[in-house]
Amino acid sequence: MDLVIFVEQQAFMGKSKAPQIPDFRLSPRIDQVGVGDRISRITTRSIKSSSKLQGLKMILNMIDLTTLEGADTQGKVSQLCNKAKFLHGSNPDLPTVAAVCVYPNFVSQAKKALLGTNINVASVATAFPAGQSSLDVKISDTKLAVDNGADEVDMVISRGRFHQGEYNYVFDEIAAVKEACGSARLKVILETGELGALDKVRRASDIAIYAGADFIKTSTGKISPAATLPVTCVMLEAIRDYFYESGTMIGMKPAGGISNSKLALQYLMLVKETLGDAWLSNQWFRYGASSLANDVLMQIEKQRTGNYQSKDYFSKD
Amino acid sequence: MDRVEITKTYKIYIGGAFPRTESGRYYTPKRGEKALGNICLSSRKDVRNAVVAARGVHNKWAGKSAANRSQILYRIAEMLEGRKQQFIEELILQGSTKSQAVKEVIASVDRLIYYAGWCDKFAQVFSSVNPVASAHFNFTAPEPMGVVSIVCKEESGLLGIVSAIAPVLAGGNTCVLLASEQRPLCAITFAEVLNSSDVPGGVVNILTGKRTELIEHMASHMDVNGFLYCGTDKKDINTVQQLAVENLKRVTIRAFEGLMNDDHNTPYYIDDFIEMKTTWHPIEKIGATGSAY
Repeated sequence: MDLVIFVEQQAFMGKSKAPQIPDFRLSPRIDQVGVGDRISRITTRSIKSSSKLQGLKMILNMIDLTTLEGADTQGKVSQLCNKAKFLHGSNPDLPTVAAVCVYPNFVSQAKKALLGTNINVASVATAFPAGQSSLDVKISDTKLAVDNGADEVDMVISRGRFHQGEYNYVFDEIAAVKEACGSARLKVILETGELGALDKVRRASDIAIYAGADFIKTSTGKISPAATLPVTCVMLEAIRDYFYESGTMIGMKPAGGISNSKLALQYLMLVKETLGDAWLSNQWFRYGASSLANDVLMQIEKQRTGNYQSKDYFSKD
Repeated sequence: MDRVEITKTYKIYIGGAFPRTESGRYYTPKRGEKALGNICLSSRKDVRNAVVAARGVHNKWAGKSAANRSQILYRIAEMLEGRKQQFIEELILQGSTKSQAVKEVIASVDRLIYYAGWCDKFAQVFSSVNPVASAHFNFTAPEPMGVVSIVCKEESGLLGIVSAIAPVLAGGNTCVLLASEQRPLCAITFAEVLNSSDVPGGVVNILTGKRTELIEHMASHMDVNGFLYCGTDKKDINTVQQLAVENLKRVTIRAFEGLMNDDHNTPYYIDDFIEMKTTWHPIEKIGATGSAY
């Protein structure tokens, strides 16, 4: 049954309620072999012609175009913003990306560059990427981003505290950052590459969701492995279960390591088949990527012209 | 008891590995009644994968010192020499006489040696220092073109391949090569030679299959910079020239008649796949003595 219809029925029957905060030690255990099996059924499928083209355009519109390097300059950020606005000059029918994602000190510049577009500015915060700092520093980092005009904030959880079993600390920290965000949407990065087993991924997802995350996000992109299909599947299931429980939609953002269209399309299939059509918009699903956009553009041009493309003819981002 | 003969599976060569074609199709070229083998019928996606491999390794190959490229080409010749007998047998299987086959293999080894020698010499021959009317030191030097599509000569199983790729590699290019449709055996065995000759995976990629299916994709691919067509088929040549226009691929057509001839030992075959870069370097007065560079 479609999720949204299910919850509407529940609400109609008076079953919808504010969810109780559960005991996170009791988060569901994940069947790793089962997840692997499910993913292998997705990766062996292929999407062709018109549905592929539609999928590719949808992916473009879901990308958070990202630059998070120590070597970032104002020039790099302005180039990125320009790329976000004009993805490929010779094809004006393309959508724009969803957002650009930068460090807090570039937010005001990016905001200015994207004025008058519907492209959001996302900023990482809370001592990204390690998150090894005090709560005060994390809050002021968040405020820096929000005060400069960030529409979305990407925070990292304290993985060390999580491994020590201090789930309440992690929970409270997310809740505090959420409060500091004000109206900005909060994406909570679990850094699944540092969490270990899928059970932990599920537990961290539950903590983030109940603590007030608007989005849960796999990775910073600084650790390998970054986003993978199995991890994303587990996180999507956490989102689905919370939706059954509360009727509230949570967004999902896999980030890092998604650099080609074929893989991105597989993520799209996974979202559609786990959560349904309601999540197939950039309001609820994003890709954090830097090189994905050009690969998608090359695929779209291949569909349009019939010729395999070269990256020589696409602007760098 | 008679032993069951173990026959070789001829697969394609992409990025230093021997995959089967992604299409899963094959064809069976014949010599009279005798089937030569089940050969991969490559698809456009194999072309795509091969170009990705060739592009990926291009900087590495072009960045090697000329002397090192020379050593590697020489190494290919050495490995080919060591497996002469196998190539002779394959050529005979595909319709050559014994003496033709021996000649063809020896000529192939010699041709590799010839181009190995040119690797660190053609730049001196083709580059120049140009007199200009301003205060500049002006010079022109060759650079590799990039990724080159090669359609091999249909009538020659081994020498056709060697004569096509040796000058392309000597110039620092990487290539995607379509073997002779009816004589594909030596192409894949030659890939094994390349694979054990210090040639980085992806520098040469070898596909087998139908020209009518693949030429179009080899010529239209935007990430291919040059095209070498070996043969005389007017229709093919026309297709290649038309499709190459899209990204201004440099197309070279060679009939490759009398391949055993020394006419085909020429540095101008290298020249066809290099680009000339001209640099204007401002001249600075050094010291107050009036001497200028």
